[in-house]
Amino acid sequence: MKRLYADIHKRIGGFDLNALIESDASRIGILGESGSGKSMTLKSIAGIETVDSGHIEVNGRVLYDSAGKIDLKPQKRNVGYMFQNYALFPTMSVMKNVMAGLGRATEENLDKAADMLRRFRMDGFEDKLPGELSGGQQQRVALARIMVTEPELILLDEPYSALDSYLKDRMQVEMLEMLEDYAGQVVMVSHSRDELYRFSEELFIVSDGRIIRHGETRSVFSDPGDSVAARLTGCKNLSAARLIDEHTIEAVDWGITLSIDRTVPSSVNCVGYRAHCFEPVWGGRQKNCISCDIVRVDDLPFEKNYYIRTPGDDPLCWFVQGEEQKIIDKKGLPDYLKMQEDQILLLGQDQ
Amino acid sequence: MSSFIELAKTLDWSPLWISLKTGAVATVISFFLGLWAARKVIKRDYRAKSILDGILTLPMVLPPTVAGFFLLLIFSRRRTFGIFLNDTFNIQVVHTWLGCILAATVIAFPLMYRNARAAFEQIDANLVYAGRTLGMSETSIFWRIVVPTAGPGIASGTILTFARAMGEYGATSMLAGNIPGKTGTVSQRIAMVIQDGDYVTAGFWVAVVLIIAFVLIFLINMITGKHMKNIRKW
Repeated sequence: MKRLYADIHKRIGGFDLNALIESDASRIGILGESGSGKSMTLKSIAGIETVDSGHIEVNGRVLYDSAGKIDLKPQKRNVGYMFQNYALFPTMSVMKNVMAGLGRATEENLDKAADMLRRFRMDGFEDKLPGELSGGQQQRVALARIMVTEPELILLDEPYSALDSYLKDRMQVEMLEMLEDYAGQVVMVSHSRDELYRFSEELFIVSDGRIIRHGETRSVFSDPGDSVAARLTGCKNLSAARLIDEHTIEAVDWGITLSIDRTVPSSVNCVGYRAHCFEPVWGGRQKNCISCDIVRVDDLPFEKNYYIRTPGDDPLCWFVQGEEQKIIDKKGLPDYLKMQEDQILLLGQDQ
Repeated sequence: MSSFIELAKTLDWSPLWISLKTGAVATVISFFLGLWAARKVIKRDYRAKSILDGILTLPMVLPPTVAGFFLLLIFSRRRTFGIFLNDTFNIQVVHTWLGCILAATVIAFPLMYRNARAAFEQIDANLVYAGRTLGMSETSIFWRIVVPTAGPGIASGTILTFARAMGEYGATSMLAGNIPGKTGTVSQRIAMVIQDGDYVTAGFWVAVVLIIAFVLIFLINMITGKHMKNIRKW
């Protein structure tokens, strides 16, 4: 049975971390901005950071419990941790790095390390120093070094942030492959919704030291719950909302009224709409439309970003790709942008 | 020049051996003590760090004669601790080679400690954390990760310590005195022969010291320079 339970309470300076991560998913994501406490959560699970109180348990084995005065040293937790900068030992060869967690250089251990390097396609690099490897290779060695110790849980701290964007895409695919045979749980912390959307089955969103939303990754993206979580999952357009009746809300910052078939909960005070989901409308105004009054256009390699004037402070973002752009090139800019009802995110500040 | 060669044949070489031996022993002691102290100090909070650092660096900042004064105060055979050492363990510090080592160690230790500390502080804490999560013991992390990574800084600290210990004069002359063949170091010999107006012998020893000093500095530059070659010139 795979199960991670981490209830972590910690105070540093003016910052309070109160995070509860409970999951039996194989791939767990923690999404948050820098300074939100996501890395600290990960470090606390590994025992690198001290915790004020709480309970940490992996597959039924207690690593930390403030009530029972249990606080295993990181050495005894059997939790693998991959650092943002990989933290390969700079004076040791690739082989020695992988051997570091195995103890004595017995024949059995050397074979294990060599096998692991072969699995990560790093055979032939045994005698190289980490400084002589590319970013992607360093990451593979770091993961090999962790996997060879057969940890019960693997923690990945912003694993792609040190890579340039080309390598980033490739390593994301590679990472999933490399972890394919790993039976335990893997937790990845990142500020990138794309990385986590691709990686995780279950997603936790951290903001200001608290978990503000968690659930199956896809459902968290389609229903983020509140405006902070919506923004973190990449929702560009947010407006304060005023409830008119059970099926009508006013999007104050956009200056329009939206009618919604679903029953709108009374807690809703904000609406969100993703920039890729607008439907261009030529001709007469339809339900849930906003006038397409463009203030700025950004031309990107594979998409165009249009910014639409609103009565509020921020313009609406409308991102157009491929086929849709071709239609616009042919027909001209639309008169209105329509919000599809099922794509409208109904958000409450506190849920 | 010919007088130098003449001199070298008849010279009492004991000061050189005494200085080298003293330097070597003081360096070995300072090396382990300095690494140990540096490791302890960097783990403390800011305030404790400042106080401890002050105490450990003091012998380097004070005139060596002040250190000599305190050492005499402690080890003089007319004082409690000196009497205790003499009566219980039959250990005499004043006017012995042990006094040479002690004086040189006290004066040179801060160089080792400060260099080691600076080198340790440059180390990415993630390396230590990584060692821990991989299950390495703290001792193993220290000797296999921290010390090698801090290698160039520690090496230059060791060489500076040796140079300083070898050349120590002030505290040594007070604690160990200048007994030829026993505690008479090169620096003390230079001072002594100058007092006799023997500039040739003094010049000879000065030349020896210069050569040793230059070789040591060259060594430091070789060791630290290897890691500097990727740094861009400006």
